[in-house]
Amino acid sequence: MLLDVRGLKKVYDGRQRPVEAVRDLTFGLDAGDLVCLVGPSGCGKTTLLKCMAGLLAPTAGEVRLRDKRVTGPPPGMAVVFQEYGRSLFPWMNVRDNVELPLRNKGVARRLRQELVGDALAAVGLADAHHAYPWQLSGGMQQRVAIARAVAYQPDVLLMDEPFAAVDAQTRADLEDLIRALWRKLGVTILFVTHDIDEAVYLGQRVIILSSSPTVVREVLDVDLPDQRDQLTTRSDSRFTELRSHVYAQIQAAKQESTVGSHDAARQTDLAKQVLQ
Amino acid sequence: MRVLVRILLAVALPIVLFVAWWLGTANSDNFYVPPLSEILSTFPEVWTWDRLRTDVLPSLIRLAVGYTVAVLAGIALGVLVGSYRRVRAVLEPVLEFFRAIPPPVLVPVIMLFAGIGDTMKVVVIAAGCVWPILLNTVEGVRAVDSVLADTCKSYGITGASRVGHLVLRSASPQIAAGMRQALSIGIILMVISEMFAASNGLGFTIVQFQRSFAIPDMWSGILLLGLLGLALSILFRLVESWALAWYHGQRRAQRGPS
Amino acid sequence: MIRGVKGTPTPPPARLLAWRTRQASSRARKAALGLSGLAGLLLLVEVLPYSGLVSADFLPPTHRIAVALVGELATGAFWSALWDTLVAWAIGLAIAVVAGIVVGIVIGAVPVLRALTASTIEFLRPIPSVALIPLAVLLYGTEIRSTLMLVVYASFWQVLIQVLYGVQDVDPIADETARSYGLGTLARVRCVMWPTALPYVMTGVRLAAAVALVLAITAQLVIGAPGLGSRIAVAQTSNAVPNMYALIAVTGLLGVLINLGARGVERLLLSWHQSVRGEVLV
Repeated sequence: MLLDVRGLKKVYDGRQRPVEAVRDLTFGLDAGDLVCLVGPSGCGKTTLLKCMAGLLAPTAGEVRLRDKRVTGPPPGMAVVFQEYGRSLFPWMNVRDNVELPLRNKGVARRLRQELVGDALAAVGLADAHHAYPWQLSGGMQQRVAIARAVAYQPDVLLMDEPFAAVDAQTRADLEDLIRALWRKLGVTILFVTHDIDEAVYLGQRVIILSSSPTVVREVLDVDLPDQRDQLTTRSDSRFTELRSHVYAQIQAAKQESTVGSHDAARQTDLAKQVLQ
Repeated sequence: MRVLVRILLAVALPIVLFVAWWLGTANSDNFYVPPLSEILSTFPEVWTWDRLRTDVLPSLIRLAVGYTVAVLAGIALGVLVGSYRRVRAVLEPVLEFFRAIPPPVLVPVIMLFAGIGDTMKVVVIAAGCVWPILLNTVEGVRAVDSVLADTCKSYGITGASRVGHLVLRSASPQIAAGMRQALSIGIILMVISEMFAASNGLGFTIVQFQRSFAIPDMWSGILLLGLLGLALSILFRLVESWALAWYHGQRRAQRGPS
Repeated sequence: MIRGVKGTPTPPPARLLAWRTRQASSRARKAALGLSGLAGLLLLVEVLPYSGLVSADFLPPTHRIAVALVGELATGAFWSALWDTLVAWAIGLAIAVVAGIVVGIVIGAVPVLRALTASTIEFLRPIPSVALIPLAVLLYGTEIRSTLMLVVYASFWQVLIQVLYGVQDVDPIADETARSYGLGTLARVRCVMWPTALPYVMTGVRLAAAVALVLAITAQLVIGAPGLGSRIAVAQTSNAVPNMYALIAVTGLLGVLINLGARGVERLLLSWHQSVRGEVLV
């Protein structure tokens, strides 16, 4: 197992009492997986991602990358954030932005240039080397961030709702880009999103989270064909089944946290029925 | 054609003012306000190449040295103070107090320590210029974007590399604003420190003219000082727009097409 | 406070209280840290002359400065010097603010004027105010008018620049709307331009207030016009070093108070303004 999350727990020091954001998360990724993480709003997806990236220390439990415990940002991990505008250096052009982590790592110049060129070509920005981030559209900026992560050649790529702030058409293009990159480069990707359709469209597996205090509700295998495209896959009946199931699970999760567990149980039964 | 119009607009009012000054003082018999023609004719007589070398150059050198010291010290201390919240909280009132002291007041104080030589003037300029740079650097360091900081952390960009690539560059617009303020203060202190105690320098020379009632010479000195301020301001602007081209571009893009 | 049924105030919910307490305690902690910094400074100045690093003739210890300060406060000459300083500051600032606002609005309201005056303003702005000192000496000697000359000159530019930025910031759509409703220039200035420019005007006034103090003290120091500045110069020449430091501390304190006061007024007048406009990096 490449990335192993065991019993992750995070408790915040809240305003009046401690807030248990994440109670117990356990799941794993093998090399070459594309796994999506969905959950109701406020279920601690970003907290989880930050703990996995080593940006936040968990209260209990651990994250292991290549069987080594993650205590700070590990060198084998790259993160793509939602706020693309704020994650790129505005004083550097596109090429320098993609190159910086490699320069910092000490990669030789020739190899660096190759990696940068390949990455930018892979995301469709081969002509934008000398542009500045603020000269580009939102979708293109996010592509630069993805290129930067890809050029870094990480073991695991973490993506924190990367397409939430982009318009729908651009989002569709970027989703296809991720799948293409995954299939071409064999990167291991953990994709966090609140968009259920996106999660089912992209992932081999979908990990469904509960509401806060968060635990894993279900790990769903997406048995759709490997070749996916926006038009045919999304109108596929199996896609609709899977997506409804996920939706029902999330509704149940939301209800569990607000109303009693009776209604939640009903929702969960409904969800199970959809898959019959 | 458009360029011509723009040039015309730019020089129209200055030309009008210049002509008005010339004509207004042409027949002046006020001792203190001589005709502009007289001032201009005195100019090359007073400010010969020799005098420029012996008086203006030392002033500029003192300004340059003091300013540079202030920039280096201000940025270094600013990064230190700005990076640690505790330190900032402790030092903030003290720094605000020192910033509020009018810089020229430092001259008598520093004269006690450093005498009346070149050292005194350089120290005065440095001591006055450091505050806006220091405080602006602290502000700039504080305001580093959190997402960018997380990005750097996750890519392993830490330590000196982080300070160079993230902190300083992110704070550079603020630092530049502080440096601009510091430049004005530096010029003021350069002149005042010489008015107090000097044996050469631009400020010294102007005061000498005033005391010996060489009025047209004094005016020519004032004119030169004004031109100097203008020249330094333009120079600063050019360097700043080159170094911060990314910042101005970004702001233009954010403001959108207007 | 939430009023209960009987009209007596019920205490706010526990959560709100806890949050307010945390806010208050963090502010108190910050204030305590700041005070410790000031205390540290006073301690340093007390100890340094005795350590031998600095001669006590150049830097008297804190207690001697404090004694000198008390002595100053007891003399009438100090208070009249303070009064002279404040008068020069206030009058100069007032003239500069009014002139700056008027000129700024006039230039801003007429686009042709803006284009014509842009280069001139850029020429005149960087001319250091100290260049006027010899002229002021000749014209007005050591009267308060020489102080005013410098104060008005320097503060005027601060106000003007900010007002011009504010006028520039006017939303063209709002202006077009006003014009399409038949509002004349004067009405547009009052209803569209002035409210937009107001935050910038306040910033300009705040900056000008600080600059005005600096120039007032400078003029008094160098020219000898009546005020705290000339008192400092006298203390220096008569080698009353602790008095000199005490007076300098007073000017610093004055500057801090003026800055706090200006920010307070700004917050008061602009409390209705939702968008926070940052100080334009000049």
